[in-house]
Amino acid sequence: MEPVTLKVLRYRPEEEVEPTYQEYEVPCQDNWMVLDALNHVKERLDGTLSYRWACRMGVCGSCGMTVNGTPVLTCATYVEDVLPGPVVVEPLRGFPVIRDLVGDITDFMEKLGRVKPWLIRDEKKSPDEGEYLQTPEEVADYKQYSMCINCMLCYAACPIYELEPDFIGPAAIALAQRYNLDSRDQGEEERMDVLSQHDGVWACTFIGECSVVCPKNVDPAGAIQRYKVSATVDWVRSVLMPGRKP
Amino acid sequence: MSPVAKGAGGRQGTEPERVTRSREPLLWSLFSAGGMASALVLPALAGVLWVAVPAGWVAAPEHGAMLAVAAHPLTRAAVSLLLILFFFHWAHRFRYTLYDGLQLYHLNLLIAVATYGIASALSALALWIVWTLG
Amino acid sequence: MKGASEWDRHAPSSAPNPRHTRYHPRWHRERIPIFWWVGHRRYTLFILRELTAVLVLYSGLLLLAQLVAIGRGPESYQAFQGWLAEPWVLALHTFVLLGLIFHTVTWLNLAPKALVLRVGKIRVPPRAVLVGHYLAWIAVSALVAGALVWVAG
Repeated sequence: MEPVTLKVLRYRPEEEVEPTYQEYEVPCQDNWMVLDALNHVKERLDGTLSYRWACRMGVCGSCGMTVNGTPVLTCATYVEDVLPGPVVVEPLRGFPVIRDLVGDITDFMEKLGRVKPWLIRDEKKSPDEGEYLQTPEEVADYKQYSMCINCMLCYAACPIYELEPDFIGPAAIALAQRYNLDSRDQGEEERMDVLSQHDGVWACTFIGECSVVCPKNVDPAGAIQRYKVSATVDWVRSVLMPGRKP
Repeated sequence: MSPVAKGAGGRQGTEPERVTRSREPLLWSLFSAGGMASALVLPALAGVLWVAVPAGWVAAPEHGAMLAVAAHPLTRAAVSLLLILFFFHWAHRFRYTLYDGLQLYHLNLLIAVATYGIASALSALALWIVWTLG
Repeated sequence: MKGASEWDRHAPSSAPNPRHTRYHPRWHRERIPIFWWVGHRRYTLFILRELTAVLVLYSGLLLLAQLVAIGRGPESYQAFQGWLAEPWVLALHTFVLLGLIFHTVTWLNLAPKALVLRVGKIRVPPRAVLVGHYLAWIAVSALVAGALVWVAG
């Protein structure tokens, strides 16, 4: 394989007011991922380059970056697939850049907590009463949404999140639906307080890019539209039958 | 309402939150119904009335026949429903296109009043025209 | 007082950022261009998709205008039909028709994402929901076009 030029966004806040691009010639080997090329830069060419990664196998969700303008997991993107160079590597859009390719994800972590992504029960069973049983159909209802690895590619792809930073965002809504649609969960009402606001589902205009970039086929865009439909059905019910539990 | 939701939930939301909660589903359902109605009906309607007939591919309907159809109660009901849905579909979609597409967040209220206001006025006009026709 | 770079022996001393204060990092925030949907194919298609709403509004107004012309009597109806047949109007309406078809295709393609149907406990496959919507489009089109052609005699 020919050496590949990586054009990497650098931001060193002690030295620079604005980010700059730095180019590296990387002797890529066959079947290298973009992350392998970055690791080569870090180990052999320039130890000052900062970026996040951990598992190298598309599970941890920490190596998301913008490669040639598209948010991807760099550990799951072949260098061959983004040629010809220079391969432009930038941090994920929508997140403030702390250094080089590292974004600040505090906002996402806070939003994730707000949708209460855990099983909520009115009354908990004691362990000797046994498990909460589910049929395969009931598992199938939410399984797709449970595949989310919190990589935040969907946030980076979503113009609304960038434009309206208060938007709760694709992954948080998909994870709220992962629990709403779980037959063991009874927390839909609590999550509704967050989801049914403008900054919940209604800010979304179904651009659909979140589902395009999702490496796990979670389809957050579908989750959001489904929630709009069920919120509307609840609203119609509450108009027709006031005083009833939504 | 479940006891848990009462205790932990922000069910005691502030007033604007409750307003949003009741308004968004209404506007969105009008938008969706209008989107579906226009998607299913408009290509055929536009194709025949405004392309095929003027181009001469289909014989132009006589005035008497058109008037009879337009004045039929079922047509009046269907056309007024369709028009109202079309106008509110436009209002909602166009509102968000201005809002996000041009980043006019500071004009949110103005845009909302203008788009839904125009849709309401046009709906009233449509009802008047359709039901006083003939 | 020492500059930030002197405190940090790893940081090169050239061109230090005067706004940088240690332990109070200056995050970089990318500015969003006003026309963020230009130069990105799928965002542009999204804005075009949303703008089809203008064609829906136009179609509604045109239908109203035609109804007014019909209500005012044969002369005014003939004048309206004459206007429809003018080449530039026909060209405009051909463009409108193409835009409306774009609206229909994008709308129907997204419908299965929002609409989850069930038969008993089993979810209807999204593809079946999609096919159902297209069949509905064909049926409604046949009905509308058939009725209009039938009126034309």
